[in-house]
Amino acid sequence: MDNSVCSKRNDNAMKEQTLAINDNHLKELEDEAIFVMREVASQFEKKVILFSGGKDSIVLVHLARKAFWPAKMPFSLLHIDTGHNFEETLKFRDDLANELGVELIVRLVQDTIDQGRVTEERGINASRNKAQSVTLLDAIEELRIDVAVGGGRRDEEKARAKERFFSHRNEFGQWDPKNQRPELWNIFNGHKNFGEHFRVFPISNWTELDVWQYILKEGIRLPMLYYTHRRKIFLRNGVYLAWAPFMQLKPSEKVFEADIRCRTIGDITCTGVTMSKAGSLEEIISEIAATRVTERGGRYDDMRSEAAMEDRKKEGYF
Amino acid sequence: MKLNGENRPIGLLRFTTAGSVDDGKSTLIGRLLYDSKSIFEDQMEHIVQSSKRLGKEETDLSLLTDGLRAEREQGITIDVAYRYFATPARKFIIADTPGHIQYTRNMVTGASTADLAVILIDSRKGVVEQTMRHTYIASLLDIRHIVFCINKMDLVGYSEDVYLRLCDDLKKLGSRLGTGDLHFIPISAKYGDNVVSPSENMKWYGGKTFLNLIETIEIGKKRNSGPARFPVQTVIRPLSSEYHDYRGYAGRVASGTFSAGDRITVLPSGMESEISSITVMGKTISKAEAGDSVTLNLTDQIDISRGDMIVKKGEMPESGVDINLMVCWFNEKPLQQGRKYLIRNNTNETTCVVSSINYRMNISNLERETAGNDVNMNDIANISIRTPRPLYYDCYKNNNITGSMIFIEEGTNETVGAGMICGEYD
Ligand SMILES: Nc1nc2c(ncn2[C@@H]2O[C@H](COP(=O)(O)OP(=O)(O)OP(=O)(O)O)[C@@H](O)[C@H]2O)c(=O)[nH]1
Ligand SMILES: [Mg+2]
Repeated sequence: MDNSVCSKRNDNAMKEQTLAINDNHLKELEDEAIFVMREVASQFEKKVILFSGGKDSIVLVHLARKAFWPAKMPFSLLHIDTGHNFEETLKFRDDLANELGVELIVRLVQDTIDQGRVTEERGINASRNKAQSVTLLDAIEELRIDVAVGGGRRDEEKARAKERFFSHRNEFGQWDPKNQRPELWNIFNGHKNFGEHFRVFPISNWTELDVWQYILKEGIRLPMLYYTHRRKIFLRNGVYLAWAPFMQLKPSEKVFEADIRCRTIGDITCTGVTMSKAGSLEEIISEIAATRVTERGGRYDDMRSEAAMEDRKKEGYF
Repeated sequence: MKLNGENRPIGLLRFTTAGSVDDGKSTLIGRLLYDSKSIFEDQMEHIVQSSKRLGKEETDLSLLTDGLRAEREQGITIDVAYRYFATPARKFIIADTPGHIQYTRNMVTGASTADLAVILIDSRKGVVEQTMRHTYIASLLDIRHIVFCINKMDLVGYSEDVYLRLCDDLKKLGSRLGTGDLHFIPISAKYGDNVVSPSENMKWYGGKTFLNLIETIEIGKKRNSGPARFPVQTVIRPLSSEYHDYRGYAGRVASGTFSAGDRITVLPSGMESEISSITVMGKTISKAEAGDSVTLNLTDQIDISRGDMIVKKGEMPESGVDINLMVCWFNEKPLQQGRKYLIRNNTNETTCVVSSINYRMNISNLERETAGNDVNMNDIANISIRTPRPLYYDCYKNNNITGSMIFIEEGTNETVGAGMICGEYD
């Protein structure tokens, strides 16, 4: 094989596919996700949706509403706040919880650091990503959460591609990827011992494009950060990062303004932004369909080592 | 959306890979995605770098699915990887499963939701025991479409004779198992022959390439087109002032069609009622078909809870306390006659005792052999169980949802086996 040329994605094929938005597969994915949500509701006691303010968790909340309507969804929203969020994410989060009338639980990574339970990373590339797992596991223990529903998708990353819908965590909150429970058909086994918990991923089988097409189809409201806007940014190791007052810059890094949008919303310090003028869902979908890098290609936290995600997940990460 | 008797196109095709260790399953999936230009630049860059780091001369496309550290180090697949790709013709969900016997449970996991199985054979080695095991498992799971890829043709000089001989062996195997729809393709996963583009090296082959085949293969009528079944997942009771008396039964239609106005029977109670409406988030729909997640409302207030099943009146499933099934065992601790297990069939969980182990399948010759008192890990056996109260079910061949169950060990909470109900023991 010729390694010098990278595979160019088949733009035409993808374009045709997006134009003829085929509802059939979205409906099947939705039916599956709602089925999983309802299994979670029946098999666990203290249930939370891990809410990051990103599109995947917003879609989860939409699915949960749909699954239990007209009753209130049987989940609280849990946000593990690194303290490095866009203002708008937090406002969106608060408004959504209010509108739905569901409990919003926020746990701060800063508190975990202040309590000395984790040491903050230092230096230019410092990230609170690892610390986030500690805060999350502390919250799970404190609140006796036995299931945390997440928006993880198998197409995001190679370790995620391996994960079950119902993913068992031992009493230390760890994932054992080499010894996962078999998961047959659509029969989900949520049995566990005291102190253990499950992570459940109802949209495991969705791709990034499916998520966007679904958002369009269902008319789901998203933070404006996903649409094009002008923002101060800078370039670091080939990735554009949003500038924020708490970001440390290297002397060579220059802040400038550009039209950008967020492809994923996470911790500002490690989530790359995309140069884009896409201002509508249709434009975003065309952009995603033609893109040649994955959504997490701009994630700093994944670039740290070959098995960065697998290692974080083993420790209890989302 | 699955086809249920009507001619709606399949939007999503789910397929699994299978076959013995090192026969090239992961390489085929990598090659398929590479040649169909479905790999993103950063993913490709990762694979190129990892191949270098692992000291390989060439870029190893199997690294696209072998994503765990241990898999990359050992060069084998341990657990299923799911991959997604689309062409203008179809969308695909691929489960790339391990070939090693030790991880049979993960192969069954990947295969249990597949419409089609792609079974690889190393053209130098031919049909080996794992080929037999996986083909047999695919037939047990009632996967009705099998594509045999005769792989590594580059290592046998792209010989048509070798290919034809293997096709013969596989046809015999297929007909013994009664699998309906068999396809054969000579390929080289490593070099791409007949994967996405027709092979220059095998001009004697006039059939479809692998991609072309999976894009066009007709996925026949689903097994779940039979009588209407609705296992209740949860009861929705808002208890709000606006919906004070609301009571909805939430679940996913396992088979058949339900419409407003249908007379229904609730099992196990046997109570009857009528469907007053079917809704999805407040939106009323006239009918719900197999695969649809909906909420049913009934005209009468009757006692229904999770684990119950709603069926159309007059379309009763099988029922009984003595049930015969084929079981695939996953745990180091053998299944034992006389032992109790938790079982879950649909949303219904109960206990059972293993009353007898009737026979074990000898995988090397597909003959039944007498079993002792145990069924060991990776064995496939026919057993009978007894439940405290009658179970309502269908035969797996007719309905893979109401006809399937898992075994859970109470002490460890592990899923230890998979069962496919086959009615009376013959
Ligand atoms: N020469 C040649 N080698 C191949 C071909 N296909 C796969 N291989 C090689 O066979 C070895 C095993 O390939 P894999 O794709 O990892 O096999 P697998 O079936 O996925 O193995 P498990 O998942 O561990 O069961 C690798 O070294 C591949 O490069 C082929 O068509 N020709
Ligand atoms: Mg493999």
